[in-house]
Amino acid sequence: MSATSSGMTPAPAPVRRPFPVRTTVLVGVVVLLLALVPWTFGAFTVATFTRALVFAVLAMSVNLLTGVAGMPTLGQAAYFGVGAYTGALVAIHWSDLGVLQLVLATLAGVVAALVTGPLAIRGRGVAFLMITLAIGEIGFSAAGRLDSVTGGTDGLSGIPPVVAVPGTEGLVNEGLIYYYVLVVAVVAYLAVAMLLRSPFGLTLRGLRDNEGRLRAVGYRTDSYALAAYVYAGGLAALAGSLWASSQRFVAPGDLGFEVSALALLAVIVGGVGSMWGACLGALVVVFTQDYLGQLFSGHAPLLLGLLFVLAVYLLPKGIAGGRSQWRRLFPRERSQEDDEAVTPV
Amino acid sequence: MTGWLDAHLVSMVDGVAYGLLLFTLAVGLSLVFGMMDVLNLAHGTLYLAGAYTAYALSDGSWLGLLLALVVGLVVGLLGGGLLAAAVAPLQGRGHLDQAALTLGIALIAAEVMVMIFGAQVLPTAPPSALARSVSVLGHSYPLYRLVFIAVAGLIAVLVYLAFERSSVGALVRATVADRDMVRATGVDTRKVLFGVFAFGAVLATVGGVLGAPIIAPGPGVDDRVLVLSLVVVVIGGLGSVRGALLGALLIGQVQTLGVALMPAFAPFLLFGAMLLVLVLRPQGLFALGRA
Repeated sequence: MSATSSGMTPAPAPVRRPFPVRTTVLVGVVVLLLALVPWTFGAFTVATFTRALVFAVLAMSVNLLTGVAGMPTLGQAAYFGVGAYTGALVAIHWSDLGVLQLVLATLAGVVAALVTGPLAIRGRGVAFLMITLAIGEIGFSAAGRLDSVTGGTDGLSGIPPVVAVPGTEGLVNEGLIYYYVLVVAVVAYLAVAMLLRSPFGLTLRGLRDNEGRLRAVGYRTDSYALAAYVYAGGLAALAGSLWASSQRFVAPGDLGFEVSALALLAVIVGGVGSMWGACLGALVVVFTQDYLGQLFSGHAPLLLGLLFVLAVYLLPKGIAGGRSQWRRLFPRERSQEDDEAVTPV
Repeated sequence: MTGWLDAHLVSMVDGVAYGLLLFTLAVGLSLVFGMMDVLNLAHGTLYLAGAYTAYALSDGSWLGLLLALVVGLVVGLLGGGLLAAAVAPLQGRGHLDQAALTLGIALIAAEVMVMIFGAQVLPTAPPSALARSVSVLGHSYPLYRLVFIAVAGLIAVLVYLAFERSSVGALVRATVADRDMVRATGVDTRKVLFGVFAFGAVLATVGGVLGAPIIAPGPGVDDRVLVLSLVVVVIGGLGSVRGALLGALLIGQVQTLGVALMPAFAPFLLFGAMLLVLVLRPQGLFALGRA
């Protein structure tokens, strides 16, 4: 701002945000810890971690729309499915090369979101939620109906093991598949983080906070909403391709209402608007469903239900919602906490 | 034309029964949403609770049905009160938290009901006096459905009259349109909200008791009727009884006549219809007050 020469309203100089050193270090530590998973746990736990990472990418896609752009969605499973089927079909009929599957699946998701997006963004808030619900359900029905492409309700099986590096063998080992998914998920996380730091990401936040004002300033808000929708659709399709590679089986159930609802709930549990919160929420949801659900002999829905109820009451802003609510939950010294609680807004 | 009508008469009458059943569900969902902006995703659970009540208590006699209705009423009151109390602390925290909370409650309740009643669908017999078919214009048709149409139609008319013509209904409509203004005139809107929540819940459980022979209780039924009534509410417009009624009758026809006419597109009809309405008129066909 020091460069403004006259007393006129200073032009919005490009805000140079410093490189996020602390965040980078934190992400690095987390990735390092995640990289140790196959060395520490058994095959079942590693497979659960793989599913959690795929789900985390889907949750980021949901969060980009719900938390960042303020458009709660129940339809991302449709684009997840587009990606999963595209990845599976490419793998079966054409190439078992991972990069090719990922790129083509993402492109398919982008195209699907470009075609359906103009319908979806006609509504905001609950109307948007309901339109996306309809898109998700139609996608689910279509997957079960288009037998010649999707194999109908039987699904697509016989997906060959994915080849990560050309010339090497396909990944069959649980741990290697985990690393493949981890690398792609980290790349997706970085791509989303960069998007959020860009002016475009800031504009999306403006869309959430006050669309009317943004429009008044001269932004074409519908274009931004559509762009966010397309970006999120591509991201969901990327997750779908990872799903096809790691499970080596795709069925209509993979893009049902449950998937969309759980992804949205993962975002809420993690903290709406925070990307690492969404990833952590996805981890918590998948482990509650698959891990604890098995420990307590198949009462996964009960545990998930308890998780959501407790999360809404105890952590109103989600896991990533700031330290104050955690402090409220575990008060160490009353007097000190009261002093800290008074923060000027 | 008469030939066409004759061929599809059964589908159309089915559609009316189906639509009226959906109305008993959708009206509570719609009013609660319209008034307190609460997206109650546990609404389907109330229907399922009512249907299980009917299964557990109906033994083919009139007394059994009456008992089931009374118990269903109590279950609805308790469930509605419980949900209203659970949602109350979340006032002003947005739809997402309410959706997560009510979905969590729905998941817990569904699992508890599976533990009690098992994981299979439980066909529920209507009272034996009604468990036969009658001839309607040359078609054999289950008598219970005709009686159901009459009873549910009566309920719909009563709800409509109470909502549109009584002073209590005027209060409810006013609260939908502008809650703060109603509060400013000295009305304790929390009581209105609680009452509407309980009323909607009772309608849903009673709908479940009466509807059990039509949509039998079983796991997943709660989700199915919830999604159907959400579609009805969205098509009809939030917070409007008339919208819920017309939307429910429309969806009833889409689900029966539409499927009979276009079997190939059956899975797409419901959400296709909703998508069409939303895209053309995002606030619903009969929206009242703020959209």
